[in-house]
Amino acid sequence: MTSSSDVRSPSRTGAGLALRDATLGRPDAPVLHGVDLDVAPGEILTVVGPSGCGKSTLLRTLAGLLSPLAGEVTQDTLRLTGPSADRALIFQEDALLPWRTLRANVELPLAIQGLPRAGRRTRAEAWLTRVGLAGQSRRLPHHVSGGQRQRAQLARALAPAPRAVLMDEPFGALDAQTRAGMQDLLVEVLRGTGATVVFVTHDVDEALFLGDRVALLRSGRLAALHDVPHPRDRAAHDDPARVALRREVLSSLGT
Amino acid sequence: MTRDVRQAGRFTPRYPRRAGRFVLRLGSPAAALGIWQLLTGLDVDLWLRFSQFPTVADVARAFADRLSGPDYWTDLTDSLTRILTGFLLAAVLGVATGVLVARSRLAADLLGPLLEVIRPIPAIALVPVAILLLPSDEQGIVFITFTAAFFPVLVSTRHAVRALTPVWEEAVRTMGGGRLRILASVVLPGALPGIFGGLSVGLGVSWICVISAEMISGQYGVGYRTWQDYTIVNYPGVFVGMVTIGVLGWVTSTAVEVVGRRLTRWLPRTSYVPGARIPRRPRGATTPVPVTPGTEKDVPHDQLV
Repeated sequence: MTSSSDVRSPSRTGAGLALRDATLGRPDAPVLHGVDLDVAPGEILTVVGPSGCGKSTLLRTLAGLLSPLAGEVTQDTLRLTGPSADRALIFQEDALLPWRTLRANVELPLAIQGLPRAGRRTRAEAWLTRVGLAGQSRRLPHHVSGGQRQRAQLARALAPAPRAVLMDEPFGALDAQTRAGMQDLLVEVLRGTGATVVFVTHDVDEALFLGDRVALLRSGRLAALHDVPHPRDRAAHDDPARVALRREVLSSLGT
Repeated sequence: MTRDVRQAGRFTPRYPRRAGRFVLRLGSPAAALGIWQLLTGLDVDLWLRFSQFPTVADVARAFADRLSGPDYWTDLTDSLTRILTGFLLAAVLGVATGVLVARSRLAADLLGPLLEVIRPIPAIALVPVAILLLPSDEQGIVFITFTAAFFPVLVSTRHAVRALTPVWEEAVRTMGGGRLRILASVVLPGALPGIFGGLSVGLGVSWICVISAEMISGQYGVGYRTWQDYTIVNYPGVFVGMVTIGVLGWVTSTAVEVVGRRLTRWLPRTSYVPGARIPRRPRGATTPVPVTPGTEKDVPHDQLV
């Protein structure tokens, strides 16, 4: 139940996000080799690994900001050709445009999609309310806290209803308490969207809480892929299977 | 930490309030005028010779005469038309070229060397070029004013665009935004603080050049009038010209500053009071001293003629 040692995903239909024997990185510096991975629609895959193992490279490739050096990367069986509104990327750093209010930031992807002004305004307001920023929508990013900025980033990513959401240590810069709140919020806002999620983190507990599966990257490879027992259940943190998995992941990370 | 907070709290209110600052601002020009009147009125002739120098009263009288005459306002509007035409052209083309050179390697390779060779030439040294190229003196003056402002605007824009946070652009790309969207939503607004630094410097250089160009070749214009007064040994008239140039320069650069502030109101501002003393950091302390966001500071000053 806890481990699938052959590192093959259960489904190979190609729906959702898929990598086939992919080599990733910059042309002069490949970081990941021979990655075979399927992320099913609606699944949350968390990715852990030591610094420099290629977590961000994997995510940037899925976002379309980097092209694979070899192999294939697809979304719903279609090969990626570049960044697209179908795959939203949430950054660890503050990626909101500082001259736009929170609402104007959330409206931006909707404007790019060609939504008329009134429509995008109500939709942006609705999403800001949903992430707990009602009444903050006219404020500038540097006038709100770091946690609120990440909430706004979440709203901005989800407002255009992307089929996949890619998150690069989005809560890495937040304090532990804010982070737990953000994890709960994420679970709640993702509910019903059916979005495929790839969530990169260096925090094993966060990975085990959020993920349906945990992918482990190490020494340039996808080293292991584990199913998580009782995902997104805070009460299950002392479940024996979860504890065993946690120990295994930590030991294979060398901590 | 607590120490720093207390210090900040102490030094901010110690700075004079609005009324006090107004008095200070008015005080320094008034004192300068007073000293001028004193030195010239008493015909002080030490190493510096003030005996030939017009007094403040002379200049004021000449100014009053000028104001009632028709030529003064023609001079003023002529100079303003020239500088505004040249400066606006430089602002538009400088920003466009700066963005192009910063964003496109092809443009940088193609235009870079050419621009770098022309850049060090003082705009006023281009007078022969202007005379050869352009049919009228009027266009020549505008051309020189344009060249003067163009390079500071270009260089600041280029720097500002290259210094943009990459994640802003990546965010818009992953929303499906194309080149135009990135230009309109990220590059231009993000570079605006730097661009306005360049506009401020450019406007100053423009004034220097418009006046010089008018002195060399011109019909009407503040520079032309000032030089005419000099050749007919009308020294109070020369000073009227200087004061006019100073006031016009001040008013126009304030206008640029105000517009710049309005458009970059999103910039995080610290509570730093310009001109107030920053408490010295105790040795070994690691708390940072407040710093103003750099706009004008970052502008290269190599453009000043």
